[in-house]
Amino acid sequence: MSSHTKSPMASPQSFLWTRRIVLTLLAAFVLLPVFVMVSSSLKPLQDVNGKFQWIPSGLTIRPYFDIWKTVPLAKYFANSLIVAGTATVASVIIAVFAAYAVSRYRFAGKRVFTVTVLSTQMFPGILFLLPLYLIFVNIGNSTGITLNGSRGGLILTYLTFSLPFSIWMLIGYFDSIPKDLDEAALVDGNGPLGALFRVVVPAAIPGIVAVAVYAFMTAWGEVLFASVMTNDNTRTLAIGLQGYSTQNDVYWNQIMAASLVVSVPVVIGFLLLQRYLVAGLTAGAVK
Amino acid sequence: MTATVTPPSAQAGSKETSGSGGARRRLPRIPDRIRRGGLPYLLLLPAILLELLIHLIPMAVGIVVSFRKLTLFFIRNWGQAPWSGFDNYKVAVDFDAPIGQALLHSFWVTCAFTILSVGLCWLFGTVAAIMLQETFRGRGLLRAIFLIPYALPAYAAIITWAFMFQHDNGLVNHVLHDQLGLTDKPSFWLIGNNSFIALVVVSVWKGWPFAFLIIMAGLQNIPRDLYEAASIDGAGMWQQIRKITLPSLRPVNQVLVLVLFLWTFNDFNTPFVLFGKSAPEAADLISIHIYQSSFVTWNFGSGSAMSVLLLLFLLVVTAIYLLLTSRGRKSADV
Repeated sequence: MSSHTKSPMASPQSFLWTRRIVLTLLAAFVLLPVFVMVSSSLKPLQDVNGKFQWIPSGLTIRPYFDIWKTVPLAKYFANSLIVAGTATVASVIIAVFAAYAVSRYRFAGKRVFTVTVLSTQMFPGILFLLPLYLIFVNIGNSTGITLNGSRGGLILTYLTFSLPFSIWMLIGYFDSIPKDLDEAALVDGNGPLGALFRVVVPAAIPGIVAVAVYAFMTAWGEVLFASVMTNDNTRTLAIGLQGYSTQNDVYWNQIMAASLVVSVPVVIGFLLLQRYLVAGLTAGAVK
Repeated sequence: MTATVTPPSAQAGSKETSGSGGARRRLPRIPDRIRRGGLPYLLLLPAILLELLIHLIPMAVGIVVSFRKLTLFFIRNWGQAPWSGFDNYKVAVDFDAPIGQALLHSFWVTCAFTILSVGLCWLFGTVAAIMLQETFRGRGLLRAIFLIPYALPAYAAIITWAFMFQHDNGLVNHVLHDQLGLTDKPSFWLIGNNSFIALVVVSVWKGWPFAFLIIMAGLQNIPRDLYEAASIDGAGMWQQIRKITLPSLRPVNQVLVLVLFLWTFNDFNTPFVLFGKSAPEAADLISIHIYQSSFVTWNFGSGSAMSVLLLLFLLVVTAIYLLLTSRGRKSADV
């Protein structure tokens, strides 16, 4: 071992072996369900219902065709896309304005606002589920607008977690952009909104992308609100997957195939935007 | 952070005067009076309205309902449900009666689950991040692999774990019983006492990559010279980890542990996808317990009382935690 190694610490041989073993075990732990998901999705039904086999005896891609017929998966897919997409776009747009105000202006009530946002972010969803349900029932009774079971109602409930998160992350991100930049824009004759859209937003694109990806991923995987606030027509993927278990059979191969299919969009999105997401998520925690 | 926010408004004010002097071509889309005083509120308006609609009003409703005798009978018109004073709370904290006993039990289960899961998530994350600190072949690949649980939608991953924990056709029993012969007969993992183990395993699998991510970012901020100086002074690797790496990570860890605590304590997805609407007693987490009281047994009044108690508990714990950690004080003081 030379003393001029590039690493922060000179690692002894024993550490290299510990590292190999530990990292292999961790990787195996992480990949185990992924292996099960992929391999079981390619097995015929009698195989997934029998003893588990590491190496499938027969391979079939039929589950990937059957998943669309056993349950209306395409409809659930569309519902998830509409609900998660709209909630993401709405919370990011609203959060950009709010975070800009908090980051750049001093005004009465600022502390109340930020503390409220911070604290609502830590409250569990179960806390809002019942009251929102009751409020939706009331609105339905008095105005005839059905929110319970509608996509609009679900989008609104998804804002309970995506909006405070987006505001909080974007405040941190906007704070890290030098104020001189938008002050210069103001001096150049831009209005405050001009400064926001011509200077602050472009400079904060990585943060905005990170917030949007995170909000979308969370909404795509949301289970709690979806389990109470959806009906046959508005069911999202999270709840729709339960349809593969019938009274007689559990179509495990189809469940695994469907799980893989619904994971693909977010995993691809994550891989493409990983750099932004990681930078954005960690910026707040590490500084 | 508060102190740094002063200049823009003053700046905006002074620029205003030069602008109205006519030297600049700018359409005064927003009246000056609003721009100076009201603009922040205008920008905040949508957020404030939504916060009211999705957080503050529901919380008020939740508190009101917790003082009412609200059952399925009154659900269409819950404003008419009779007042019951503190009855719901009395029932919830009467630990000698079945409902209170179950709530207390579920509270302890949640505490044990949270401590175990957060501890393991932190441990795995720290170990992996330190081991990936050096550059070596395969580092990028491992980093990508470790982030997979974070990227997969929660229910898709958890449902796969549910499949792996099946009694007859699951991987876990196949390995433990058939291949390694560690158990006399295949165990049940999703009912009975083992369900707690299953819950912790899935929760750690899902949660540790986040710890890994945050700690890895924290490691990048430790200046290299510290390590160089230490190795010149003859400090070994273990000493460097103990004296430099871990202390430098303290501020990051303080935020991380709080976030992990809140997520894990409030976790609903894992038990719900693993066990369904009512979890086995050994794995009856508080969020699913409240869900069950409200939406399975339709006892909304006591469900709300339990929610309010949970909220108070989380607020107290968070406040104590923020007071104990100086970094926490700073980050809450925006």
